[in-house]
Amino acid sequence: MFKSVYNWIDERLDITPLWRDVADHEVPEHVNPAHHFSAFVYCFGGLTFFITVIQILSGMFLTMYYVPDIINAYASVDYLQHQVAFGQIVRGMHHFGASLVIVMMFLHTLRVFFTGSYKAPREMNWVVGMLIFFIMLGLGFTGYLLPWDNKAYYATKVGVEIAASVPVLGPYIADFLYGGDIVGAQTLTRFFAIHVFFLPGALIAMLAAHFIMIRKQGISGPL
Amino acid sequence: MAHGHNSNEKVVYVGDSRVKKSNHPNIPPDYTAFPGKSEAFIPNFLLKEWMVGCVVLVGFLAWTIAEPAPLGYPADPTNAAFVPMPDWYFLFLYQFLKYPYVSQDYILLGTLGVPGVLFGGLLLAPFLDTGKERRFYRRPIASSLMFLSLIACVYLTVVSWDHYQHTLEANGQIPEHIEREEKAREAAEAGKERPNYTKPAPVASLVDADDPAMDIAKQAQCVSCHAADLKGQGSVPPLTGVGDILSKEEIAEVITNGRNNGAMPAFKDSLSSEEIDQLATWLSKQKTAAE
Repeated sequence: MFKSVYNWIDERLDITPLWRDVADHEVPEHVNPAHHFSAFVYCFGGLTFFITVIQILSGMFLTMYYVPDIINAYASVDYLQHQVAFGQIVRGMHHFGASLVIVMMFLHTLRVFFTGSYKAPREMNWVVGMLIFFIMLGLGFTGYLLPWDNKAYYATKVGVEIAASVPVLGPYIADFLYGGDIVGAQTLTRFFAIHVFFLPGALIAMLAAHFIMIRKQGISGPL
Repeated sequence: MAHGHNSNEKVVYVGDSRVKKSNHPNIPPDYTAFPGKSEAFIPNFLLKEWMVGCVVLVGFLAWTIAEPAPLGYPADPTNAAFVPMPDWYFLFLYQFLKYPYVSQDYILLGTLGVPGVLFGGLLLAPFLDTGKERRFYRRPIASSLMFLSLIACVYLTVVSWDHYQHTLEANGQIPEHIEREEKAREAAEAGKERPNYTKPAPVASLVDADDPAMDIAKQAQCVSCHAADLKGQGSVPPLTGVGDILSKEEIAEVITNGRNNGAMPAFKDSLSSEEIDQLATWLSKQKTAAE
């Protein structure tokens, strides 16, 4: 049954090479913790992706309840936290997952740095990885405002004030993020849009580039 | 380029503009060049990865159940006492910008100069460190710069966190999300409902606004301080809802003799005792629940 469905699709779209490119490859010994336990340092990239998937899924569920306006934002988070079934778990996963992603990504970056894996011919992949790092920091910054409690409000205020102190560009950045003169209704909707649409879009594109490059070039060899 | 109809194919496309099938053999890269035993990603390695992933996921779930995500009180832009605190991974930058020579007149150095060089260097690392050597102990410059930055980041983060704790202690504050959790726990232990910060406090409105006592209130200049709708203004408290706090006798006492060293003047000379009684009776009916 499954085989015939696969053949039916393959006949039309020739998908065998596609999934081969994605999945059909070897895992060399020097990165396999089953052979050398110290090779666990090679797992941080995969873990970052794993947590990122958790972030995307839990975030999707959070938007089912979250309301991005200054009157209802806090109330909706409060409701989500205390009334919705499993709301505490989903919000907890998204909240702590945000920190975990940063930790895992940081460790992955250090592994790549200290094993010199960013060297030719993998320079572009390193640059894309750093862009992913910056996007993640942006996601952390914009997501912090959304619960609309005092901590969120004042951290955002301080953050945007720092950005605004950059000469020439600063006022434009502040204007873009604030959508006005203060952290207010416009700021919240903007941060919501940036957090939920702009940055995840950029993130997925960058992740795709990151993975295509690693499949093209293969993993770096043993030291 | 349209391909002609190939009788070998089952599906016939009209106006065929397909991407031509590539003639490259689809051989996955293999690692025979690397020493040791390599393993197929699917299914062998992926299966083990999934098992580890499941364990991690269960641990993560247990964590989120044991430790609820923090939530403070609703944002209040007029709250001047709140100590701002960014998320922990921004603390190093937050602390860094507090030092002289990277703040105030030198803020340009703090926001663009140093972070620009550091993050720029990190972004362009492959083009700065171009040697063939990969082992970190054979790349002293790159490695020591990275170690130095790491130590600096950890130090700045710790100092910033320490500073935050001290500020809280000096102000006699505890973080709002902890206070909120404490209050919820206390309420639960006392068998009460969890305090709700999402509903605005009920605003009392005037009860029996067309009572003749309102005319006394206007004549006696109550309205000049307590506002025309008696909802108070500035530091003058509202009289709406006053019945929730004070009894009729207490209200009469305040009207007669004043309060707060004359901030609320005494009216015993300008109002008759009947008028005061009438006014106090009416004000004692000003209850929120009476609506």
